[in-house]
Amino acid sequence: MKFDSFADFIDMGGYGFFVWLAYGVTFGCLGILILHSLSQKKKVLTEIAKKMTREDRLKESRGKKS
Amino acid sequence: MWKWLNSYADPQRSYNLAGTLLPWFAGLAIALIGVGTIWGLLFAPMDYQQGDSFRIIYIHVPAASMSMAAYMGMATASFIGIVWQIKAADWAAASIAPIGAVMTFIALFTGATWGKPMWGTWWVWDARLTSELVLLFLYLGVIALYASFEDKVLAARAAGILAIVGVINIPIIKYSVEWWSSLHQPATIKITEESTMTGDMLYPLLMNIFGFGMMIGALTLVRFRAEVLARNGMRPWVRELANAEATK
Repeated sequence: MKFDSFADFIDMGGYGFFVWLAYGVTFGCLGILILHSLSQKKKVLTEIAKKMTREDRLKESRGKKS
Repeated sequence: MWKWLNSYADPQRSYNLAGTLLPWFAGLAIALIGVGTIWGLLFAPMDYQQGDSFRIIYIHVPAASMSMAAYMGMATASFIGIVWQIKAADWAAASIAPIGAVMTFIALFTGATWGKPMWGTWWVWDARLTSELVLLFLYLGVIALYASFEDKVLAARAAGILAIVGVINIPIIKYSVEWWSSLHQPATIKITEESTMTGDMLYPLLMNIFGFGMMIGALTLVRFRAEVLARNGMRPWVRELANAEATK
């Protein structure tokens, strides 16, 4: 380990602000990207399911008229 | 000889293949980035000129190099989609674009937080930084074009042409530090000769570069699967999945 203490590690030889800003924003962005990517599948499938129920309703009302 | 590849243009097969590959990419990405980042932050020796600020390298270089690699991947997929009319390739290109845009943003942002303590400025309009910013706009252009057509075959063609034309920017980014005088330093890692970096610093960096590559691969697979479902909503196997999701 290259640091003597935890405070030393946070301080990053005086560059703590810049180093942790870079790492914070990077992993923040990656986290948002990962969550967004994972949520897509559910969103798409829910939309298709909604479309299917809409189609079923249309078919039913058409059937009544004739 | 390569005919077996054709069967993977089928949406269901490519969807399933992506699902099989995903855990491998994701697992490798987590392991490599985890070890590489901890090694780089805690155990790599301090740079004798830049002190601990150099530790930003372990996310800056992977994000920057992979932003270019992802662009080449996206442009290749677009080319295959346009020339051989393989829709799965178009969907792959559309899946990579947002990931590449995030990588490019990370490269620019971490570059700024490294530039401030070392160069004394967050941003300069020099060749390397400006061409990387153009890369971000290219990604955003591809995303916007693909989103703005209801007909996704047409959308993929429009976005694909922009992606292919934009390839011209990649060698400009790569060689900008050699062609023009720049604040940005030239490459430290060299493929053909020995790298000008000690092993203790280099290995965690290489791990993070490969880790970022695997992460982009994993995220592409996740987004690709969702894109396949979205584009094939009329097919029975997708409708079955949708039914299962609705009744859950």
